[in-house]
Amino acid sequence: MAEQDNFEDRLRQARARQGLDIAPEKRDGKPTSPYGVGFRAGVEVVSALIVGIALGAILDRWLGTWPWLFLVFFLMGGVAGVLNVYRLFSPRGGAKPR
Amino acid sequence: MAAEGNAIDALSQFALTPVLGPVGRAIGFSQSNLHMVIVAGLIIALLTYGMRARAVIPGRLQATAEMLYEFVRNLVVGQVGEEGKRFFPFVFTLFTFVLFGNMFGLLPYAFTFTSHIAVTFALAAIVFVLITVVGLAIHGKHWFSYFFPEGAPIVLAPLIIPIEIISYLSRPVSLSVRLFANMVAGHVMLKVFATFVVMLGSAGALGIAGSTAPLAINIALVGFEVLVAFLQAYVFAILTSIYLHDAVHLH
Repeated sequence: MAEQDNFEDRLRQARARQGLDIAPEKRDGKPTSPYGVGFRAGVEVVSALIVGIALGAILDRWLGTWPWLFLVFFLMGGVAGVLNVYRLFSPRGGAKPR
Repeated sequence: MAAEGNAIDALSQFALTPVLGPVGRAIGFSQSNLHMVIVAGLIIALLTYGMRARAVIPGRLQATAEMLYEFVRNLVVGQVGEEGKRFFPFVFTLFTFVLFGNMFGLLPYAFTFTSHIAVTFALAAIVFVLITVVGLAIHGKHWFSYFFPEGAPIVLAPLIIPIEIISYLSRPVSLSVRLFANMVAGHVMLKVFATFVVMLGSAGALGIAGSTAPLAINIALVGFEVLVAFLQAYVFAILTSIYLHDAVHLH
């Protein structure tokens, strides 16, 4: 098996030399291109807003308090969107929840 | 079909039509469902025929199947950890289904079922239910501490808890919207530039010369779309793994 290990070693070195392996720190699903960054951040904010608005509207319809809970949850959806974007770019693990 | 009456009709490609005659109409079996079945068949065929030889030195099909397996395995184990192996079949199914759906949809006359929010949201909803059930099963009541980080002042609880819940609920929405929007945008752009080629091409010799520009753009776009098709499947799978990590480890 010594020969096989040696081959794996040489193959890894050759792949690294040719730049065929994606660097491990890049493989965490974060966008790399400016287009990707903008799109991901936009989707995070919009989806949190959608959820906030929907939740507020449903609660208002249930409790008959239109439009007050809608307005509160609209703001909270915006805050959650910013939180999503912050978590997208803050390093994972450690004390910070992701 | 796109350039009729000098109007750009880029959205009719997403319309659903029943297939398989009266049977398909009766049960609502559209070309979208047909493509899902074809894609599932392609994945099963690749894995069964690819691994039939079980050679030490793999052939092309076996190498493809093994690369796919190892790629997803490294992704899941890298994100969730060793105990994430039990979620490997789930993530592998999701990844291959989305990847093959995106790629197969780029072929001429094929339909991209991932360009429908109903499909992507159904997939994201499955992920959402799974991460919630896994989190509750592993941690029990302690799982609810996810919505209130330790050490935060208790006065802020009425503010933090709703925001965390909205943030948690927005996961399936962002997961599905991202995939759906990318696929729709790509296919609309392809159709618009293809329509320009037809429109300019029907405007005489000068038009034919001019139509090479949108044709060149379309060639570049197809290459870009192959990248996007892979990247979005990858993002879908890795975000599923990240959410599973959160469910297993709570932060």
